Amino acid sequence: MTEQEAITNEESEEVRIGAFICECGVNIAGAVDCNAVADYISTLPNVVTSVVNKYTCSDAGQAEIKNAIKDLNLNRVLVASCTPKTHEPIFRACVEEAGLNQYLFEFVNIREHCSWIHMWEKEDATKKAKELVRMGVARAALLEPLQSSEVPVTDAALVIGAGVTGMQAAMDIADMGHKVYLVEQGPSIGGKMAQLDKTFPTNDCSICILGPKMVEVARNENIEIMSYSEIDEVDGYVGNFKVKVKHKPRYLNIDECTGCGLCTEKCPVEVPYVEFDEGIGTRKAIYTPFPQAVPLRALVDKSICIDCGACIKACERGAIDMDQQETFSELDVGVIVVSAGFDVYDPEPNHDFGFGLYDNVITTMEFERLINASGPTMGKVVRPSDVKPPKRIGFVQCVGSRDKNSNIYCSSFCCMASLKNAQLLKEKYPDTEVYIMYMDMRTPFRMYEEFYNRARDMGIRFIRGRPAEVTENEDHNIIARIEDTLTNEIVNLELDLMVLSVGAVSPESTETVRQILKVSRAADGFMMEAHPKLKPVDTTLDGIFIGGMTQGPKDIPYSISQGSACAARATRFLAQGKALTEGITAKVDEDICVACGVCVPMCPFQALSIEDDKLKILTALCKGCGTCMAACPTGALEQSHFKNEQLLAQVKNVFAYGEV
Amino acid sequence: MAEEGWEPKIVAFCCNWCSYGGADTAGMGRFQQPASTRVIKVMCSGRIDPLHVFNAFLEGADAVLVTGCHIGDCHYVNGNEKTEVRYEFLEEMLQQLGLEPDRLHLNWISASEGERFANFITDVTAKVKELGPSPLKPAGVK
Ligand SMILES: Cc1cc2nc3c(=O)[nH]c(=O)nc-3n(C[C@H](O)[C@H](O)[C@H](O)COP(=O)(O)OP(=O)(O)OC[C@H]3O[C@@H](n4cnc5c(N)ncnc54)[C@H](O)[C@@H]3O)c2cc1C
Ligand code: SF4
Ligand code: SF4
Ligand code: FES
Repeated sequence: MTEQEAITNEESEEVRIGAFICECGVNIAGAVDCNAVADYISTLPNVVTSVVNKYTCSDAGQAEIKNAIKDLNLNRVLVASCTPKTHEPIFRACVEEAGLNQYLFEFVNIREHCSWIHMWEKEDATKKAKELVRMGVARAALLEPLQSSEVPVTDAALVIGAGVTGMQAAMDIADMGHKVYLVEQGPSIGGKMAQLDKTFPTNDCSICILGPKMVEVARNENIEIMSYSEIDEVDGYVGNFKVKVKHKPRYLNIDECTGCGLCTEKCPVEVPYVEFDEGIGTRKAIYTPFPQAVPLRALVDKSICIDCGACIKACERGAIDMDQQETFSELDVGVIVVSAGFDVYDPEPNHDFGFGLYDNVITTMEFERLINASGPTMGKVVRPSDVKPPKRIGFVQCVGSRDKNSNIYCSSFCCMASLKNAQLLKEKYPDTEVYIMYMDMRTPFRMYEEFYNRARDMGIRFIRGRPAEVTENEDHNIIARIEDTLTNEIVNLELDLMVLSVGAVSPESTETVRQILKVSRAADGFMMEAHPKLKPVDTTLDGIFIGGMTQGPKDIPYSISQGSACAARATRFLAQGKALTEGITAKVDEDICVACGVCVPMCPFQALSIEDDKLKILTALCKGCGTCMAACPTGALEQSHFKNEQLLAQVKNVFAYGEV
Repeated sequence: MAEEGWEPKIVAFCCNWCSYGGADTAGMGRFQQPASTRVIKVMCSGRIDPLHVFNAFLEGADAVLVTGCHIGDCHYVNGNEKTEVRYEFLEEMLQQLGLEPDRLHLNWISASEGERFANFITDVTAKVKELGPSPLKPAGVK
């Protein structure tokens, strides 16, 4: 018997449904009387068996489904349990193993959509569960077998964002033998870590550990770095993404430039270097991003260039091309990793703790540049108002984090970052008084609590409380009025410099990428994973992964772990060389279709056209959204697995005549 | 007015990628809500045919919710923009049939907005309770 014959056979048979009601321990059974549901369901048409399992998804539960398919000759299976988001693939695979087409499986969610939201209304919850399962039974009876198609996977990956996360992901994928395009919007790879001075919990020099990694990425033959580039468009699906990348003009020929810096020396225009030095140092209109940049190439900031031509004269290699235009490349990739990182919270608009009002209130990111030996002050810590070394420095924690007025989440790295900077200060300037004003110090993970203890031992003073009022005196010193909630005292702390420990936020540029890819956005604004525990770097979209700060605030070790995790998850597809796509598509009944063409412009993917007075569906382009059929005036169009009759059967079975 | 203890029945069409996920997230966050609503999943809000909505009312729904991804977030580029257009048409038709505006709602809910989903259900249920059973509800339907 061929597969097609088998399917037709299944179709002509009488409908035999097996219903499996899961208690999920007490997760469902705590609010829903599962036995009552099973009893009720057994009275419905087409239901051959209806049983309760403690855990339907367990080995035993799945074995029961498979046995019932064989023993009772079931041709439809319904499971009422948790969410299809996590468990549909499991049960689909289970019924396939017992020889049933996976599309003859129906999932009813009685946990997230019932027991967990009616926890204390057992009667209502049970009644609702009965009705939800009744709707599912009606739909199950009308399900039809479908074939999901196997598509070849292009053996290449796209990594968006080349901070430490993206670099790690790119290297791991490349080392497993696959081509990687590493697209970075900035002129150099490295991300925020390149700006940092030292890194906790070992206080090793950030660029000294990152720099060699950056060189390694550049040297890897499987990695193609596309710096100063952005994602313009993404089309396709797992295995076959088509990506359009925009290369912004650097106004020089990157193959000719050697990064020697002769041009920069001659350029007469100088502005604060905001992008890398947080505005503390300066840069020219033509500049290389930083000494360890990869690629070490110059670029021109056209918004301030005065077209004097000094750089063109200075360049010995004739690399500068002021007429350069943006260019585009088209990439074919099988998988995508997003590692587009974060921005630090901006305290300027709300003048948090006097930021933007008083010169001597700065952010931790500014402080990182100040204390950095290769930074604009060569590592000499001075305060902005008079460029003098501060003797009393205070760090304020949770700025832009754990606050109803900005972001309610904890940014997680900032306690450790301030402990680090406080220690570095004490090491460099032992006479400095260093304070940390905090709500809670949070230091989980290996060596972190020890790091905190070390800071205490070094004489750093901790005040549990944050400034209620911040003012400035005539010497531009900062007066912070704090209630120390440990001693119940009001403290008026005079500081020469106050550093705001700013948290992480999801940048706007990431929002653009998120919308292009259609990845979900979590409540905190960062990109959302497919499951908070089981699938921390997957998205709900096959073949698209997220890692590092893109997925939410985290430190470097965690970011690198996620970079590797993304690589492992993504490479599965590349290594297998094939992926399955859903069998859900548009179908037309040619006998009914009058070729009016109303549906044609509805399709977002140009899958529909009228040819020779007939509607033609390019199934390879159809993604099965169903938007076209809702427009069809004749009802000629149908969406497999979401046919009108299937949806209307669900609607009908919301309602009952008589008691449930 | 509705009889004592009467509970409305609400049909919510949710898209697979956003609002269905929002309903899931409401569950994961244990955001309690009235047991009034039955979710029907479609792949995209663009699949929701005015026919499905009419049908729900004719079968006995006291309210119908059309939900999907926020504009710009539709998994199929812009299915929800088409939903919006169809929704306007629906609103007009139902008003002509004499249905109160509070019986039909359009709402964009992302997969992370569990609390928003729960509040939506709670609010609509309260409003519909005020209105009592739908005038289109066939006799005897529960
Ligand atoms: C003040 C401060 C001190 C810190 N100190 C420490 C420390 O001591 N130890 C520690 O472990 N952690 C520390 N951290 C945290 C650390 O910076 C992060 O964990 C780490 O940088 C995250 O790396 P990432 O690659 O995920 O993101 P990022 O470093 O932000 O990199 C993201 C990259 O993606 C690029 N990008 C963004 N959008 C796009 C786009 N649309 N297209 C293409 N490219 C894009 C960016 O330009 C960037 O290069 C500190 C953070 C701060 C703010
Ligand atoms: S199938 Fe879902 S509901 Fe049932 S035990 Fe597994 S997790 Fe729980
Ligand atoms: S179902 Fe969606 S993708 Fe397929 S043809 Fe219709 S509108 Fe296009
Ligand atoms: S997928 Fe949610 S509205 Fe289109």
